[in-house]
Amino acid sequence: MIEVRDLTKRYGDLTAVDHVTFTAQKGEIVGFLGPNGAGKTTTMRVITGFLPATSGTVKVEGFDIFDDSHEVRKRIGYLPESPPIYADMTVTAYLQFVGRIKGIPRAALNDAVDRALERCGLTEVTRRVVGHLSKGFRQRVGLAQAIIHEPSVLVLDEPTIGLDPRQIRDIRSLVRELAGQRTVILSTHILQEVAQICQKVVIINEGRVVVEDQIDHLTQGAPLEEVFMRYISGGRGEEATG
Amino acid sequence: MRNILAIAAKDLRSQFVSPIAYVVLTGFLLLGGWFFFNLLARFNFLLNMYLSFRNPEAMERLNLNEFVIAPLLHNLSVILVILVPVITMRSFAEEKRSGTYELLMTSPISVTEIVLGKFFGAFGFVLIMVGLTAVYPLILVLYGDPEAGVILSGFLGLLLLATAFVSVGLLTSSFTDNQIIAAVSCLVGLLLLYVISWPAETAGANLGAVLKYLSLTEHFGEMVKGVIDTRDLMYFGSVIVLALFLTQRSVESLRWR
Repeated sequence: MIEVRDLTKRYGDLTAVDHVTFTAQKGEIVGFLGPNGAGKTTTMRVITGFLPATSGTVKVEGFDIFDDSHEVRKRIGYLPESPPIYADMTVTAYLQFVGRIKGIPRAALNDAVDRALERCGLTEVTRRVVGHLSKGFRQRVGLAQAIIHEPSVLVLDEPTIGLDPRQIRDIRSLVRELAGQRTVILSTHILQEVAQICQKVVIINEGRVVVEDQIDHLTQGAPLEEVFMRYISGGRGEEATG
Repeated sequence: MRNILAIAAKDLRSQFVSPIAYVVLTGFLLLGGWFFFNLLARFNFLLNMYLSFRNPEAMERLNLNEFVIAPLLHNLSVILVILVPVITMRSFAEEKRSGTYELLMTSPISVTEIVLGKFFGAFGFVLIMVGLTAVYPLILVLYGDPEAGVILSGFLGLLLLATAFVSVGLLTSSFTDNQIIAAVSCLVGLLLLYVISWPAETAGANLGAVLKYLSLTEHFGEMVKGVIDTRDLMYFGSVIVLALFLTQRSVESLRWR
């Protein structure tokens, strides 16, 4: 479970995230939707503890990200916008390294690596060097890295960006499979993606949450695109872009 | 401890899968071999000259430690000033550039563990570098009669010097995501520490003593002469600990900026 309350992040004069509040329940896949530059990545970086918040609180599984940063980091799996891979390592060596720094005991490490390889469809490429893999496979390696320590919360920053249609379909179904009992936040600016995988949507624009609702309730039959455009142009019409 | 080892092993390994390790090691040993060969040739020349002059006093003064090992160590230390920044420039800058910094910083490990892991990874590399140069004194021991204690003290000095360089390199690498900036600022910093004692004679007694104390060469020079003084060990220890502490602060600053 993730609770974001009144989260604000400023970079100097620029307010990237402005009093953002939303929650993601256990077992829920939340689509974090917004135009480019809306503050999605910044919010996710704060949730994962990579960046500190200027003000506001974030709780992950009941632990405050500032006071119990270590506990939070144990429970989060995070896939940044570009997968954090070491291009010169083989897939297995890379996952073993990640498993080690994520605190998996030595005895359980090989099993955890095998399980992550299996689940992310990487069994064919275990001995390949990560830097030589296709973009789709790199994204799978990124997902494997995020789930290797069985986190209860998954934070995925634009997991399908830059992939071809077939890879996009594969990654989406993979995300659905991996979700299970976890809390998942997935950022994207692709509307169909949210409609396909998420139960709930949080739309953010210019650093503010403009709507937080269950998808079925929000759209009520209307196309999500219309709803999205309505919300991101509402209020501050002259600045809104798609 | 396990996390430190994991990061150290990862970093050391990544040096050896990229060509950097081989270029640096080859260059270091090539130059080292050239210095060693020339110093030995000069020693031989002097020996033959004094022999033919039948000059026993000069012969007395001629010894392998002072005429071969000491200048060799000083030359190697200058090469290290140039090569160590190349080893350490990647440590943080590369992680930042490739996005793996986010992986490290969002993993359940402390900043201190990350910094120490990086430190031991780079230390492992300079240990290999300095270790490989042991072949030169080994040749002398096989064919001549140098003083082993002085050699050990000198090489310990060289290793401490290299370790201090590594710590400074980590610090400059933690400031930036650009490897060139990391390497150049480390090089400048090390050269400054190298030549800081130059005005010592003219700067007055107090300032002169301070500048002399700050200079890496002064402390290294003592160890090359075979004197292991706690003052020199303390100096190297302080440089290493201070640079690592500042690195830890610099990395951690991301969390409170």
